[in-house]
Amino acid sequence: MILWTSLDTWIVVAGALAGAACALVGAFLVLRKTSMMGDAISHAVLPGIAIAFIMTASRAAGVMFIGAAIVGVITALLVEVVRRYGKLEHGASMGVVFTVLFAVGLILIERAARHVDIHPEHVLYGAVELVPLHVVTLAGFELPRGVAVLLVTLIVNLTVITALFKELRLATFDPGLATTLGINATAMHYLLMTLTALTTVAAFEVVGSILVIAMLIVPGATAHLLTRRLLPFLVVSVVVAVMAAFLGHIAAIGIPPWFGFEDTSSSGSMATVLGLLFLLAFLAAPEQGVIARGLNLAGLRLSIVTQDALGLLARAAEDPQNPDAGLSFADFCLVSRSPFTARAPALTVALLLLRLRGQVSASGNRYRLTARGRAEALRVLRAHRLWERFFYDDGQVELDELHAAADLLEHYTDAGLRNALAERFAGQSTDPRGRRIP
Amino acid sequence: MITQLLRVLSLADYNTRVVMFGTVTLGIAGGVAGVFLLLRRRALLVDAVSHASLPGVAAAFLLAVTLGGSGRSLPVLMLGALVSGLLGMGCVIIISRFTRLSQDAALGIVLSVFFGFGAALLGIIQKMRGAQAAGLDGFIFGKTASMIRSEALLIGIAALVVIVLTAVLFKELRLFTFDPDFAAGDGWPVQRLDLLLMTLVVAVTILGLQAVGIILIIAILIVPPAAARFWTDNLLVMVLLSALIGALGAYFGTGISAIAPRLPAGAVIVTVLGAAFLFSLLFGSSRGVVRAALWSRAVNRNTLRQNLLRALFEYEESGVRHGMQEQLQYLQSVRGWTVRELRRAIRMLARSGMIYHVSGQPWRFSETGSGAAMRVTRNHRLWEVYLLEHADVAPSQVDQGADFIEHVLGETLVAELEAALPRFGKALPTSVHSLSNADHGGGG
Repeated sequence: MILWTSLDTWIVVAGALAGAACALVGAFLVLRKTSMMGDAISHAVLPGIAIAFIMTASRAAGVMFIGAAIVGVITALLVEVVRRYGKLEHGASMGVVFTVLFAVGLILIERAARHVDIHPEHVLYGAVELVPLHVVTLAGFELPRGVAVLLVTLIVNLTVITALFKELRLATFDPGLATTLGINATAMHYLLMTLTALTTVAAFEVVGSILVIAMLIVPGATAHLLTRRLLPFLVVSVVVAVMAAFLGHIAAIGIPPWFGFEDTSSSGSMATVLGLLFLLAFLAAPEQGVIARGLNLAGLRLSIVTQDALGLLARAAEDPQNPDAGLSFADFCLVSRSPFTARAPALTVALLLLRLRGQVSASGNRYRLTARGRAEALRVLRAHRLWERFFYDDGQVELDELHAAADLLEHYTDAGLRNALAERFAGQSTDPRGRRIP
Repeated sequence: MITQLLRVLSLADYNTRVVMFGTVTLGIAGGVAGVFLLLRRRALLVDAVSHASLPGVAAAFLLAVTLGGSGRSLPVLMLGALVSGLLGMGCVIIISRFTRLSQDAALGIVLSVFFGFGAALLGIIQKMRGAQAAGLDGFIFGKTASMIRSEALLIGIAALVVIVLTAVLFKELRLFTFDPDFAAGDGWPVQRLDLLLMTLVVAVTILGLQAVGIILIIAILIVPPAAARFWTDNLLVMVLLSALIGALGAYFGTGISAIAPRLPAGAVIVTVLGAAFLFSLLFGSSRGVVRAALWSRAVNRNTLRQNLLRALFEYEESGVRHGMQEQLQYLQSVRGWTVRELRRAIRMLARSGMIYHVSGQPWRFSETGSGAAMRVTRNHRLWEVYLLEHADVAPSQVDQGADFIEHVLGETLVAELEAALPRFGKALPTSVHSLSNADHGGGG
C-alpha cells in the first residue's frame, strides 16, 4: 500500500520540472552529437558550486548561477584547448577536463562542508526529501525553494529556446549555412553549454547530478527514435522526462516493498525508468524500433523469396519439354542458377506463403502457377528480362553477368519503373539471349 | 603536517606500504593500458563501463546478503561489477549499432541509466535492517585506507600482467593502434588484439574501482597518457612516461589522502594527476602551449623580418630614390603593413645591424643586411620560378604561394631548388612580375 503525502507530490513536481528543463536543453545536445558534453559539464560545475559555497557560506541561488555559467563556458573552452594542443580526440579531452574538475570539486566540497551542510553524496543523489523544508513565496504562492528555483530555470530555458528557435535549429542541423546567414554557430554552442550548466546547478540540489545527466541525454535520445521533426522532438523529450519523474517516484516507493525492502532513492529510480522508456522506444518505435525494422526486413526477405519462386515457375512454364509446366520441390533447388540451392527452408516458407495466397497450387509433389500466380510471376520475369536488356544494351555488361544483376533488381522494380524500362526498349521483344519478354 | 606527510611518503608504516603498493601499481597499469585506450579513441567507453558497474556491485551485495553472506566480500562485489560493466559496454555497442544515435549518446544513456539504477539499489541497501552497507560508498568516491594486503597483491599481479603483455605484444599493439586497417590487411589478429586491449582496460577499471571510485577511475586511464602526449611523439617513450606519471600521481595522491582522511582518495589522486597534466599542457616539450606560443612567435618575427628585407631589397633594386617618408610609405603599401608593424620590423632589423640610416635619410642596408636580403629575395624568386615552371601556377598567384613557403625553406630545400632550376646557378633570378604586371607595385 502506497502512502502518498505532500512530500511525494513535491518530489514528483521537482523531478518533472528538473526533467523538463534538462530535456529541453539535452534534446539539442543529442541532436548536435555532444551528449557527453552534458555529462562533462554536469560533473565540472562541482568546483564552481563548492567555491560559491565557500565564498558566500550559503546556498544563495544567484551566486551559484553566476558561478555555474562561468564554469560551463570555461569547461567548454578547456575541452577545446586540450583537444587542440594535445591533439586528443574530443572524448578524451572531455574525459581529462571533467574528471580533474570533478576531483577538485570533491576536495573543495569537503572544505565547504565546514560552512554549509553539504556532502559529496548530496551532489550525486540530491536531497529531495529536504525539498519542502525551505519555503519561499513566489507570486503569492508558497513554494518549496528547490521547486521555485527549478521553475525559474525551466522558464529561462523555455524562453531562450523559443526566442532563438530558428537560430538554434539552423546552427544544429547546418552550422555552415547558419554561419553564412550570419548566425554565430560557436556562440550557439557556448549558449547551450551555459544553459546546461545553469540547469545542472538548479537541479542538482534537488534531484542530484545522476538524474541530471540521465534527464539531459535519455529523453532526447528516446525522442530521436520516435520523430524526425524538431518541434515534436522537443515535445516528446519533455513528455518522456515528465513521465519518468512520475513513474520513477511511484516505482521508488512502490516496488521495493514487493521484495520486502523499504523505499529507495527517487532520483535513481527516475533514471532507471528513463532507461526503461528508452528501451521501449528502442524496441517498439514505429519506424526505427528494432521490432519494426525486424518485421520490415522479414517482409522484404519474404517478398524476395516468393518472387524468386514465382520466377522459377514462370521459366518452367516456358519450357516446352516440361509436360505439366510445374516443378517439384527438388527441381526448385536443382535448376541452373537457382536462388534456392542449399536453401530448402527458405523455399519451404516461400511455397507455403504462395499457396496460402493462392498463387501456387500443389498436386502430389508438383507445384504449378495458378491463374493469379501467373500474372504476378510474369511481372517478375518481365522485370528480370527488361533489366537484362538494359544492362546489355546500355550498360555494356557481359552476358554471363547479366543474370545476377537482374536477379537483384527485379525485386525492387515497381510498375512505374517497369513501364519506364518497357518504353526504353519498346522495339525489342526479347532479352539478350533471345528469350521473349512477357 | 609536513612531518606526517614525510612519514607517509617514506613508507614507514606497514599499512602505508600496503596501500601505496596497491595504488602505485594501479597507477602504472592504468598509465600503460591507458596509452592504447587513448590512441584507439575509446576513452569514454571506459567511463560508461565504470559507471555501469555500480548496479553490479549493489546487486552482488544484495544477493550475497540474501543468501546469508556478509555481502562485503570484495571478490564477489568485483565479479558483480565486472558482469554489469561488460553488460553496459554491450548496451553501448548495441545502441550505436541498431539506432541512428551517435556513440556519444549511447555512452551517455548507458552510464546515466546504469548508474541511476545502481543508486536505486544502493538506496534499498542503505535502508536494510542490519546490513553493513558502509563499504559500498567507497566504490563511488574511492577509499584507499581500507585496502588490505590481498587486494593490493591482486592489483599488483594485474599490473604485472598488463606490463608483461604490453612488453611482449608491443609491436603488434603499436601497429594495431595506429593503423588497424593496415594491420587487418596484413593478416594480424586485429579482433583478438582489440579484445585483449579492452580486457586489460576493463580489468584495470574494475580493480581500481574501490581505490579511486567509479566516477574518477577513468582519469587513472586517460590523464597520465594525455599528459605524456605533450612530451613526446614516440610511443615507447609515451608508455614509459605515462606509467611514471600514473605512479607518481598515485604515490603523492595516496600520501596526501592518508594524512587528510576526510578527503576522498580518488579525488586527491586525480587532482595530483590533473596538476601533472596542467604542467605538461603548459610546458610539454613536444606540444606544450608555451613551446607552441614561443615557436609561433619566432616564426612570426622571422617572417616579418624577411618580408621587410625583401621589400627593402626590391625597393633598392627598382632604382627609385626618395626621402625617408616616401620610402616608408612605399614599404607600407607593398606589404599592406600597419604603421606599427612596419616600425616593429624596422626596429628588429636595425637592432641586429642589418639596416641603418642617417636621421631624415632613407633606410639603407649594411653589409650583412644586404647579404641577408639577397638570400631572402633569391629564395623567394627561386620558389616562384619553380612554381611557375614545375607546378603550373599562374603568374599572378605565385607571389602568394611563395610568400607562405619562403620563410620555412631550409638549406637542403634551397639546394634542391637550385638543382631543379640549374640555369640560375648562384645568381639572383629577376622578378617574374617585372614584365607580366609592371604596375603591380613591386610585390614580386
